[in-house]
Amino acid sequence: MTDQSQQLESITQREYKAGFVTDIEADSLPPGLNEDVIREISRIKGEPEFMLEYRLKAYRHWLTMDTPEWAHVHYPPIDYQEISYYSAPKKKDDGPKSLDEVDPELLKTYEKLGVPLDERARLAGVAVDAVFDSVSVANTFQDKLAEEGIIFMPISKALKEHPDLVEKYLGSVVPYKDNFYAALNSAVFSDGSFVYIPKGVRCPMELSTYFRINAANTGQFERTLIIADDDSYVSYLEGCTAPMRDENQLHAAVVELVAMDRAEIKYSTVQNWYPGDENGKGGIYNFVTKRAACRGVSSKVSWTQVETGSAITWKYPSVVLQGDNSVGEFYSVAVTNNMQQADTGTKMIHLGKNTSSTIISKGISAGRSQNAYRGLVRVGPNAENARNYTECDSLLMGDKCGAHTFPYIEVKNPTAKVEHEASTSKISEDQLFYCKQRGLDAEDAVSMIVNGFCKQVIRELPMEFAVEAQNLLGLSLEGSVG
Amino acid sequence: MLEIKNLHASVDGKEILRGINLTVNPGEVHAIMGPNGAGKSTLSNVLAGRDGYEVTQGEVIYKGENLLELEPEERAQRGVFLAFQYPVEIPGVSNVYLLKAALNAVRKYQGQDEVDAIDFLTLVRDKMKLVKMDEQFLHRNVNEGFSGGEKKRNEILQMAVLEPALAILDETDSGLDIDALRIVSEGVNALRAADRSIVMITHYQRLLDHIVPDFVHVLSQGQIVKSGDKELAKELEKSGYSWIHDAPEGQTA
Ligand SMILES: Nc1ncnc2c1ncn2[C@@H]1O[C@H](COP(=O)(O)OP(=O)(O)OP(=O)(O)O)[C@@H](O)[C@H]1O
Ligand SMILES: [Mg+2]
Repeated sequence: MTDQSQQLESITQREYKAGFVTDIEADSLPPGLNEDVIREISRIKGEPEFMLEYRLKAYRHWLTMDTPEWAHVHYPPIDYQEISYYSAPKKKDDGPKSLDEVDPELLKTYEKLGVPLDERARLAGVAVDAVFDSVSVANTFQDKLAEEGIIFMPISKALKEHPDLVEKYLGSVVPYKDNFYAALNSAVFSDGSFVYIPKGVRCPMELSTYFRINAANTGQFERTLIIADDDSYVSYLEGCTAPMRDENQLHAAVVELVAMDRAEIKYSTVQNWYPGDENGKGGIYNFVTKRAACRGVSSKVSWTQVETGSAITWKYPSVVLQGDNSVGEFYSVAVTNNMQQADTGTKMIHLGKNTSSTIISKGISAGRSQNAYRGLVRVGPNAENARNYTECDSLLMGDKCGAHTFPYIEVKNPTAKVEHEASTSKISEDQLFYCKQRGLDAEDAVSMIVNGFCKQVIRELPMEFAVEAQNLLGLSLEGSVG
Repeated sequence: MLEIKNLHASVDGKEILRGINLTVNPGEVHAIMGPNGAGKSTLSNVLAGRDGYEVTQGEVIYKGENLLELEPEERAQRGVFLAFQYPVEIPGVSNVYLLKAALNAVRKYQGQDEVDAIDFLTLVRDKMKLVKMDEQFLHRNVNEGFSGGEKKRNEILQMAVLEPALAILDETDSGLDIDALRIVSEGVNALRAADRSIVMITHYQRLLDHIVPDFVHVLSQGQIVKSGDKELAKELEKSGYSWIHDAPEGQTA
């Protein structure tokens, strides 16, 4: 092995900077899953009756389902009775009304993660909902948003304050029967964000949710629901981190987006769950169902994701293009290193006329990791003039990792135009040497080359987060050169 | 500045450099000529620290330090610059980004602050004038889709920005049209300085008409077989390399 490939190897031996544990007292349910546990979750949250019924239906259905096995990932069977389905920091009364009431330990935690919750310290123009294990612990700028009629709050709170809206849309994009993890999530989901943008409103700031897993042996079941009414616009970002632990932990999320006539939703993810150590010990299992319905005419949904964390990622943010002239976009960077496994991609389901979709996927594999793109483009019989453009590029670092591409195309309308381009490349020693000869050390060189490779995706991120994502890309590959 | 003593280097067990001796003092311009496959690029790669070459004998002292012990980036930060015979494309990375990162790496080594964005742009624009490059090249990806001549010009732009102490130009003139050759040469001449040495590898006298060297060396089969002043290059132009080989051993090196 040459020096440079050894260097590539060592850059990928990274340090996980968000791996600390917050020492905070928590109320947790004992491990185990049955109808009583679900009733208890619903009771703690003080949910309306319909929600409990929905959860129980989902649970009963889940019992009849098997774990999906088609993805290009491998892990030992998960014992769902060993997981605790609810954990929340202890609190005095009914949850914090203002930041002054938020436990200072929690504020410190988010500070350390680079997500200060103090509105004055916060980047102007970004409202944050902070979800810690199973509950939302802080939610900024709510009043300012309320002036515009925008609802941005934890979904547990929305269930109390806007039960009709939640009941109308929850499960309307991802029904609980959709898949194994969606059923499990529908039964036990803990918290996540609820967003409603009224007709004609352009949300004046970025909305963001920061998910943190802290408690051990706890699963996190995020549930997010975003509705953009006619002629509205919203840009939403989520970030995720977890402590370093030797045991695997489960994050099984469901995210549903609904875009009405001419509405636009931009949903960005910077996923940095703990990936496990270099031998594959520990790390988060990130099993996520994300789907958007472009229900209205000329509506638009863009998913942008930068996935650097998790031991296993299993996620396919999708768009169902129902409205005529609707547009779906998927921009993805997935980095796998060491023993990480990712099976990610998208589904673009064209149902309406003149619908179009774009898929740009950049996979970067290092170490002994496996990185798969899996994408489906389906054009229904009524989708006259549907258009899709797909570009899948893989970058390999070293020779022990794998990149795989599984594109599925189903076209039932002859007027459709579907284009697919794919490439696989390596960071060449020539490129590395060239950068070093100009004075850059190996890590900066790799980070620069990788960021160049991902540019098409990074530039889709809101400005405030693009820099964070760029740094994260560098960090994720730290140690694979060096 | 640079002292190469009895340098032997091999690739995959095959000896390519077979005892190079060369001393370059501050402010001097040396031209290295020699037939294809003689080891000219190998020499510049070994000096720049590229992987894959094994130095089996000899040493290289640069500004009093053992150059061969340094990482490529450490050499670059200390002022060793290689203009590549085949500049590399880096998709998605803009030229201006690389230039700035490179300049900051050098400045950091020298204990200087990072250059701020405005000052940097002023500086780069200035240097671009030196090689008559259009500003659009700043925002294009590094060497991607550049013509052969544009790539070479870009190398000299990088040199102008980084202001190295020792610049090794590997066939910077090949692929340049007549006007470009003149422009690039003027650029290099403007960079000649009492504290800067230049080693340029070339096949053609026409470059030496523009950039007049203090010394000319002929490298053949891994050794410097003849050294002289600029007149040597003219002889080579006339008679080729064969007369050197015909000369008896011992009189050449
Ligand atoms: N990586 C390598 N593997 C095998 N042989 C090599 C390698 N690199 C260089 N060589 C050989 O070493 C010799 C010298 O090559 P080098 O590129 O230094 O020549 P050069 O003098 O620069 O020639 P030119 O004028 O054509 O650029 C050649 O025979 C070449 O094939
Ligand atoms: Mg050469």
